[in-house]
Amino acid sequence: MKLGLLELWRRPLRFAIAGASLLLLSVLLLFLGGLLDGLFIGSTGLLRAQKAELVVYSSDAKDSLVRSRIDPDLRATVESVDGVAATGGLGVALVGGRVPGQDDLANLSVTGFELPVSSMPADVQLAPGQALADRSLRAAGVEVGQTVAVGSGQAPVEVVGWVDDTDYLQQGGFFVEPSTWRQVLAQSRPDSNLPDGTFQALVVQVADGAGAQEVADAIDAATAGATSTLTKEQAVSALPGIKEQDSTFSSIIYVTLFVAGLVVGLFFALLTLERLGMYAVFKAIGASSRQVFSSVVTQSVVVAGVSFAIGAIVMWLLTFVLPAEVPVALVPSRLVQTGVLLVVMSVLGAVVSLRRVVRVDPASAIG
Amino acid sequence: MPALELTNVRKTYTSGDAEIVALDHATLSVAEDEIVALVGPSGSGKTTLLSISGGLLTPTEGEVVVGGRDISGYSAQQLTEFRRSSVGFVFQSVNLVPFLTARENLVVVNDFGRRRGRKEARARAEKLLDELGLQRRMDNLPGQLSGGERQRVAIGRALMNEPDLVLIDEPTSALDTKLGEQVMELIVSEVKGRSTAAVIVTHDARMAHYADRTVTITDGVLAA
Repeated sequence: MKLGLLELWRRPLRFAIAGASLLLLSVLLLFLGGLLDGLFIGSTGLLRAQKAELVVYSSDAKDSLVRSRIDPDLRATVESVDGVAATGGLGVALVGGRVPGQDDLANLSVTGFELPVSSMPADVQLAPGQALADRSLRAAGVEVGQTVAVGSGQAPVEVVGWVDDTDYLQQGGFFVEPSTWRQVLAQSRPDSNLPDGTFQALVVQVADGAGAQEVADAIDAATAGATSTLTKEQAVSALPGIKEQDSTFSSIIYVTLFVAGLVVGLFFALLTLERLGMYAVFKAIGASSRQVFSSVVTQSVVVAGVSFAIGAIVMWLLTFVLPAEVPVALVPSRLVQTGVLLVVMSVLGAVVSLRRVVRVDPASAIG
Repeated sequence: MPALELTNVRKTYTSGDAEIVALDHATLSVAEDEIVALVGPSGSGKTTLLSISGGLLTPTEGEVVVGGRDISGYSAQQLTEFRRSSVGFVFQSVNLVPFLTARENLVVVNDFGRRRGRKEARARAEKLLDELGLQRRMDNLPGQLSGGERQRVAIGRALMNEPDLVLIDEPTSALDTKLGEQVMELIVSEVKGRSTAAVIVTHDARMAHYADRTVTITDGVLAA
């Protein structure tokens, strides 16, 4: 192992090609992962931010928030189910907003809510015409104290504070009390006009000790199939495009990881070929195959680790120059996962050389 | 107890249907502090005999005892342990590790076997290099050393683990006569100074007089 490290330290240029390839692959992997996370975060914040375990849609809505309707009678039935601790109405209108001093419209996800989401104070009170805006809207010029003209009806809504990570389908979260939402919806989507008391969905807090899935089943049974109740995680996955997005990006990421393994495998196979004579000398003077191979693995791990670390820094710097329309998010868990997978692929790549290392004949050192 | 005792050692290879005899019932005994020159033409079996003596090859038949250990039936793993503890090699083309300094080229032998602690191994390496006249070259890489200096580092490496037997393959083949004589004198003085046994393979009969005894090998057959 020490031998491998010494060679890396004293002859770093020998590993430059593999290192540069892995650095580029690291940037690519982090960019793809960052895009996936950015798209996921920008699409699902509204649901993830809910301080509730369940989301209730009308069954004919196919788990779509904008198609769903929950009227007061259905809500009363839901609230009567054992295990339901509290419910909150939820509705969304995806509209444009005219921000003072900005030429372009801001994409808003105007959300009427009853239960505060995770980044709000528990006792949040909004007056009609007031909003808490997602901090992501600062990129569109939104500031606290501004009045934004919302929707095609240009409803004036004053921004009174911020919320975090609440975007929905790549539109900035814009939380208002239900009557303001209803007004915006009626002006911008007259066909979707909803009467007082009716929401698109309900979020449900489950009582302590009750199982979320059991309560969800009980709600759907109590409404005789008029509702489709999902856990928060299921509701996130059911959002349009989320599964497809995840599987598409994951496929590209895994193929890229495979390529990284091939790069390491090919590089160390060539390096091993070049060093058969040296390995024979090592074995002749008492090195075991395990000791020789461990130096190869050490080198592959260090090359991959250093390349990944530099790649992560490059990617981090890139996030400052990428346009706001490219929703890249560097998430620590993704960073760790990608780094670990890259190192694992490097070890697997180095294993390609194992057979050759084991078969090195120490007698060949002597002629 | 002899440092090396070969008894009726035979080594054969197969090539198609034919059997090639590389070593034919070789019997040889090398005393504890004896230097034996093994002389013979190319393809005579010198390297095979050296390889079998050093545990690099296993004999087809016969018995090989080094420092009292019968290695004839050793597994590959046992032979690895044997090589790191009981024999030292000086290779024909020196074969130093190019990215290790002279000192590290010696210490690495200890690293493989962990026979000594790190500090102790370093001290021994420095002592050996000092005795070999390389006290100012310890931190130099092989590429920064002359041919003779590299040869001396290789000798130091062979002696690092205080082996029972040092096996030296064609030490003068790439050197001119004068430098070859200097290297042989150095080998003899270092090996003799430590009362260690050595087998020196050479095709150059002029160098044989440095040894205590010369053994000739022709077509795999030893003749005293």
